[in-house]
Amino acid sequence: MSTATAVDERVSKASPLTRLMRRPEIGALMGALVVYIFFAVADQTGTFFSLDGTARWTDVASTYGIIAIAVALLMIGGEFDLSSGVMIGSSGLFAGLLMTEYNIGVWPSIFLTFLFAAAIGFTNGWLVVTTGLPSFIVTLAMFFSLRGINLGVTKLLTDTVRVAGIAELPDGSPRPGYESAKAVFASDFSAYSFRIAVVWWLVLTVLATLVLTRTRFGNWIFAVGGDSNAARNVGVPVRRTKIMLFMYVSMSSCLVGIISLMRLKSMQAGQGVTQEFIFIIAAVVGGCLLTGGYGSAIGGTIGAAIIGMAFIGIAYAQWNTDWTWLFLGLILFVAVLTNSLIRRRFQGARK
Amino acid sequence: MTETSSHEPAALALENVGKRFGSVIALSDVSMSVPKNQVTCVLGDNGAGKSTLIKILSGVHTPSDGQMYVNGEPTTFGSPREALDMGIATVFQDLATVPLMAVWRNFYLGNEPTRGFWPFKGLRTKYAKESCKAELAEMGIDIRDTEQPVGTLSGGERQAVSIARAVHFGANVLILDEPTSALGVKQSGVVLKHIRNAADAGVSVVFITHNPHHAYLVGDNFYLLNRGQMMAEYTKENVSREELVKAMAGGAELDALAHELGAKG
Repeated sequence: MSTATAVDERVSKASPLTRLMRRPEIGALMGALVVYIFFAVADQTGTFFSLDGTARWTDVASTYGIIAIAVALLMIGGEFDLSSGVMIGSSGLFAGLLMTEYNIGVWPSIFLTFLFAAAIGFTNGWLVVTTGLPSFIVTLAMFFSLRGINLGVTKLLTDTVRVAGIAELPDGSPRPGYESAKAVFASDFSAYSFRIAVVWWLVLTVLATLVLTRTRFGNWIFAVGGDSNAARNVGVPVRRTKIMLFMYVSMSSCLVGIISLMRLKSMQAGQGVTQEFIFIIAAVVGGCLLTGGYGSAIGGTIGAAIIGMAFIGIAYAQWNTDWTWLFLGLILFVAVLTNSLIRRRFQGARK
Repeated sequence: MTETSSHEPAALALENVGKRFGSVIALSDVSMSVPKNQVTCVLGDNGAGKSTLIKILSGVHTPSDGQMYVNGEPTTFGSPREALDMGIATVFQDLATVPLMAVWRNFYLGNEPTRGFWPFKGLRTKYAKESCKAELAEMGIDIRDTEQPVGTLSGGERQAVSIARAVHFGANVLILDEPTSALGVKQSGVVLKHIRNAADAGVSVVFITHNPHHAYLVGDNFYLLNRGQMMAEYTKENVSREELVKAMAGGAELDALAHELGAKG
C-alpha cells in the first residue's frame, strides 16, 4: 500500500519539537522544570537538589501521584471523583479495624480492603451512570457519607477517633504478617531512604500510560469522555468503562490508605479529607481537560511531582508552609493558562 | 409482511412497530422490510420519525409495540452493540465520531484491532493507522494525516470517515442516516456510488434521506414516512422520479404552491 504509507504532500512535516509540543503533558513538564529550578535556587538548606531532598519530595509526590494518575484517567473519561481523598482514610480504617477489632490477618485484611474499595468505586460509578446525575454531586455525597461513617464507626468500635496498634498484637508481640506487608507497602530503600511508594507510583504511571494509549480500554476511555453518545452508538460499553474508572480511582486511594496505615501503624478517622482537590489539581496541571476526552496519565504524574516539590521546596526555602496553598492555587492557574496557550500555538487551527 | 417477493427472508423487517416517548407518539404501526442485497430508501421530511426509526433499527431504542425481525427471526436489541454483533452497522446523523480523538482511533472505535492475550492484549496501533488510511483511500477519501483529531475535519470528511467505517465493519446490513445531507454535489455523488457498490457487494442498505433525487438514483425500494406513519411503499419498477418527488413533497400541496407562485409571477 504505497498510497497508505507515502508521506502526504499536504502535511507540512511536523518537526520533532512541534510533535513534542503537541503532547498534552508538555506544559506541565516545562512547569515542573521551572518549579524544580526555582526551589533549587530558593533552597536555604542545600538539600533540595541532593538525593536526600529528592527522596523527600518524591515521597510526597508518590502518594499524591498514585491517585492523581487514576483521577487523570477518570477525568479523561469525563467524570470526577471527590471521594478519592476520604477513601484513603476509609480504607486505612477498614483494614485497621479488621486487624485490631476482628483479629483478621494482615494480608487477608488488605485483600478485603481492596474488595471494599472496589465496591465503593462500583457504587460511585453505578450511581453516576444509572441516575445520570453529575459525578460531582454523586461523589460529593459519597465523600460526606464516608466522612461520617469513618468517624462514626471508628468511635463506635474503638471509643477514640483513631485505629492504632497495627504493628503489635495487644500482648505486645509483633503482629504476624505486618513486617511482610510493610516491606511491600512502606519500606525504604537505598542509603537516601527512597520510599517504596515511589516505585508503586512509577510502575502505575507506566501501566496507566500503556493502558490509555495501547489498549482498547484506553481508546474507550478517550471516547466516553470525548462524546459518550457517539461512543455508545459505535458499540463502546460506556457504562462499564465509566464504572471501571471509578473502581480504579477508589482502589488507588485504597493503596495509598494501606501505605499510610503501614507507615504510621495507625490511622486517624479524618485522614485524607481535603486531599481530593490535590489530585484534581495534579491531573489538570498535567494537561487533562476538565471536560473530558483529552489528557494523559503521565500528566497526572508530573502534576503530582510539581505539588510534591512545592510542599518540600517551601519547607527547604524556610518559608512559612502556610504559603503552600497560595502556591498551589497560583500553579494551578498558571499551568492551565500555559497549557491552553501551548495547545493553541502548536496545534495551529486545531481546537 | 416480512417476506419479500422471493422466498428468502428479509435482512431486516419491522412489523407494526410503534415508539412512544411519554405522551409523544414518535412512530406508530410502521411495517417495512429490507430485502437482501438491495438499497431500501426511507423518505421523510423533518419530524417524520426517520431518526426514531433508525434508532430502533440500530438498537439505540427498543420499540414500544410491534416486532422486529432479522433474517426472519424475531429479534430485540438491548444495545447498539447487539445490533453490531448481528452485522447491522449504522452511520448516525450526529456522526458517531469523537471530535477530540485521532481519525484512526475513531475509525476503529468499538472494533479495535488487538494482538496478544490478556493481560498483554495491545492495540495494533501501527497496523490500525496504516490500514485506516488505506481503507479510506480505497473509498476515495483522502485523509491527510490519520493522527489528526476528527474535530479538525470538514463536515463532509467526517461523514466520509463514518461511512467508510460502517462499510468496513458492516458485514451485512448498513443503515445510513441522511448521509448526503451535509455534503456537496461531488461528494454526494461519491457517497451514492459507495451505497450502490455496497449493495452490489452483498450488503443490504437502509438509506434514510429527505432527498428523493438521491434516493431514486440508488434505491430499489422506497418507503415514505410522514408524521410517524408509513404513508406509501414503492419499488423502482412502479414509480418514476417525478412521482417520488411529488409524493415526498405532499403532492397536492406542491401543485397548490406552484400555482400560487405562478400566479404571483
